[in-house]
Amino acid sequence: MSRLAQRARERVIEGGLAVCAGLSLVTTAGIVAVLTWETVAFFRDVSPLAFFTGRTWTPLFFNQQFGVLPLVAGTLLVAAIALATAVPAGVISALYLSEYAPPRVRRVAKPALEVLAGIPTVVYGYFALLFVTPWLQQWIPGLTGYNALAAGLVLGVMVLPLVSSLSEDALSAVPPGLREAAFALGATRLQAAVGVVLPAAWSGVSAAVILAMSRAIGETMIVAIAAGQQPRLTASPLVPIETMTAYIVQVSLGDVPAGTTAYRTIFAVGTLLFAGTFVLNLCSDWLRRRVPGAVR
Amino acid sequence: MTSARFADRAFHLLGLTVLVLALGMLGALLVDVARDGLGRVSWSFLTGYPSRRASASGLLPALAGSLWLVGLTALMAVPVGVGAAIGLEEYGGRGRLARLAEVNIANLAGVPSVVYGLLGLGVFVQVLRWDRSLLAGAGTLALLILPIVIITSREALRGVPASVREASLALGATKWQTVWHQVLPMALPGLLTGLILAVSRALGETAPLIVIGALSYVPFVPDGPRSPFTALPIQIYTWVSRPREGFRANAAATILVLLAVLLVINGLAIVARDRAARRRSA
Amino acid sequence: MCAPLQRSACALALLAASGLAGCGSDAAAVRTVVAVDGSSTVAPLTEAVAEDFQRAYPGTRVTIGVAGTGGGFRRFCRGDVDVANASRPITRTETAACAAAGIRFLEVPVAYDGIVIAVHPSNTWVDALSVDDLRRLWRHEAEGQVLRWSQVRGSFPDREMHLFGAGVDSGTFDYFTGVVTGVPRDSRGDYTSSENDNTLVQGVATDPLALGYFGFAYFEEHREYLKAVPIVAAPGTTAVPPSRDAIRAGAYHPLSRPIFVYVNADALAARADLAAFVDYYAEHAADVADDVGYVALDAAALRAVRVRVAARTTGSLFGGRQDSASLARTLTARLALDPAP
Repeated sequence: MSRLAQRARERVIEGGLAVCAGLSLVTTAGIVAVLTWETVAFFRDVSPLAFFTGRTWTPLFFNQQFGVLPLVAGTLLVAAIALATAVPAGVISALYLSEYAPPRVRRVAKPALEVLAGIPTVVYGYFALLFVTPWLQQWIPGLTGYNALAAGLVLGVMVLPLVSSLSEDALSAVPPGLREAAFALGATRLQAAVGVVLPAAWSGVSAAVILAMSRAIGETMIVAIAAGQQPRLTASPLVPIETMTAYIVQVSLGDVPAGTTAYRTIFAVGTLLFAGTFVLNLCSDWLRRRVPGAVR
Repeated sequence: MTSARFADRAFHLLGLTVLVLALGMLGALLVDVARDGLGRVSWSFLTGYPSRRASASGLLPALAGSLWLVGLTALMAVPVGVGAAIGLEEYGGRGRLARLAEVNIANLAGVPSVVYGLLGLGVFVQVLRWDRSLLAGAGTLALLILPIVIITSREALRGVPASVREASLALGATKWQTVWHQVLPMALPGLLTGLILAVSRALGETAPLIVIGALSYVPFVPDGPRSPFTALPIQIYTWVSRPREGFRANAAATILVLLAVLLVINGLAIVARDRAARRRSA
Repeated sequence: MCAPLQRSACALALLAASGLAGCGSDAAAVRTVVAVDGSSTVAPLTEAVAEDFQRAYPGTRVTIGVAGTGGGFRRFCRGDVDVANASRPITRTETAACAAAGIRFLEVPVAYDGIVIAVHPSNTWVDALSVDDLRRLWRHEAEGQVLRWSQVRGSFPDREMHLFGAGVDSGTFDYFTGVVTGVPRDSRGDYTSSENDNTLVQGVATDPLALGYFGFAYFEEHREYLKAVPIVAAPGTTAVPPSRDAIRAGAYHPLSRPIFVYVNADALAARADLAAFVDYYAEHAADVADDVGYVALDAAALRAVRVRVAARTTGSLFGGRQDSASLARTLTARLALDPAP
């Protein structure tokens, strides 16, 4: 092949690869476009003030109310329970694996934790509804069949590997010199870990926690199966609630006609969800880019 | 023993306990599912069709649907994803556009799966009118796993030493010849690992398929990309919601099948990873 | 020089391209699928009939969606599906939509169903509820207001009430609200609503403070986990618990009703497989109904329905209205008055 033809072929291939790379940008543009289109139409019928501050969510009913707070409250309640489970457990296991565990334990524990992360969420939902809730009902008599507690606990177990592995990465990135200096001064492993290594890895650990929060907020199947379908502004983890993600699934299972305000609610809620997780992901990213091991 | 020493020992114990508890949950889940479902897994269950009688129900349509979905999704996502990774890694440089693409992909990886469902609903179902077909489902899942494919592929490409590229270029090969004949074969095991992981993610997704409208009662095996379909996770979801004991067993058995498929796929990933390690050290 | 691995990559890419290209030409393929959508209450019956039908006629497939009666009618009147499952008669609005789209339909009553008011088996305080009690509990004014059992009747315990009921796309919802509050779709919104009756059964069966309403078939199937509340139709009458006989005779009143499938008349004439399915349904619904927890039509109604289906009579017997009187009684009366020509 002549050099000219060869160069032309290379150009074509490069163009093709650029298109592939550009598709990711197109995807983001697509998400933003689809969400914005329907949400803007939604806000023509419903006042943003009513949406963001209203305390009743009954868009499909006779007395249409579009206050999204009950859905947000449900989402945050479940996420809070999940984080309360995953963060302490995840950070502790990260510290253990990074500072204490013998190589044998690490070789088994790390892949096992990865398995925990790889299980489909619908399986976790099954577990929450049919195993965890009945078990909890033995200890908490007032617990209803659908509740935020079981869903939150199982969700916590699901994001634990995320917290653990990212925190561990952050802890390993701390320069060994810091650790050794602490030991040289007579610190125990715990004192070195908590007093020196953990603070140095703080941005990485925070990034992990924020990412876990983003995952918990965006999770759908566990809450759709086990947390309930009743939008309710409450702080009680013992009663049925509804999260933003479960609402989208609920409406999708019905057949609300396209173009109605009720249909657009799933996009309005979807936009809120997207914006929330997007901000959290950005924060997490920014924190992770900061140089680990910087001593203040 | 000083109090500091004691605290140290206590924390050691605490860490081990937490780990054991977390993995114990995994064990409890597997034991529970096995206890409910193992008795139900049989050839007739794997090849049967859904029925009103729990004991006569089977999951062939769901199994076939899942395999179809995974195949179509891979066909859509793999060329584009690997192409994008090559484009960004080998040709992209460190410019602003490349960095923007990188940030963008990282963000897309963190978008909730239900939002991808809304994207699929808006684009594939409403605009392209692919309706509730395998195509719409596969397209949605392909978009969902694309960031993962790109990120893991880039890592695999990065693993190829620069010396290989430089040697090839020094011998007079063009950039593309270098990529196609030298870099890709060396990165292949790593690429495969990433692809398999992405595909196993697609296999377990439920929410996006529900949002685009996958059916719950599909008593036939799909016959083409435009066919309506159901999938293993959807079948699990459908059966979980039926309180009858029999359907609970069916759901558990389907979970076992799904986990088995995932185990096989991830086993392949581990084998590929080992081959990559051996190749590189050779 | 193309090594084996690159060759398979090339092949894969070609396959992808041809696969996607071939999709466009797929557009006007002949349908061998009978698509049904609509009520999740009627779906189990249609599923049971479809299961037997597909064994008898292996060349045809039946898909069943559960978008709810309202959702099913919307798809039906757009021509997306040829058969709609409905747990209430077609409304005037829906009839008009179908007429506007040029769609004529057959209305085929297939069985009776009842709506059961269910509570947890450990609930000892509810022995009966009147229609008036239900109205005060479920009308939209009750939203946010009637939250405790004691507000329904003073003698009930002062404890929280957890409500479960049909979703808004459900015919069960339309019918229940129409009968109980007098205005169809007039309902409170602060309860666990689902088009999926199984979700409701789960909710009530695991919560001692729950009260829910859903189809009799779902109650029958999970009878051991639930307790049905007898209903007092009018002041002074005795409370009637839901049962097959009570529903068939119209004694379980006003919460019993016929359930239907609606069929696209033109598609029925054009498609042999659809005709086979509909005739099979009319012939065998009564056999399967009891199996699935429904109440087979009584002999007279059954005869009349079969004659109407054979004659392909179009139009609804109910004038688009949902009578608050027992639809079961109305059906028999209407069928008697209006036998097929």
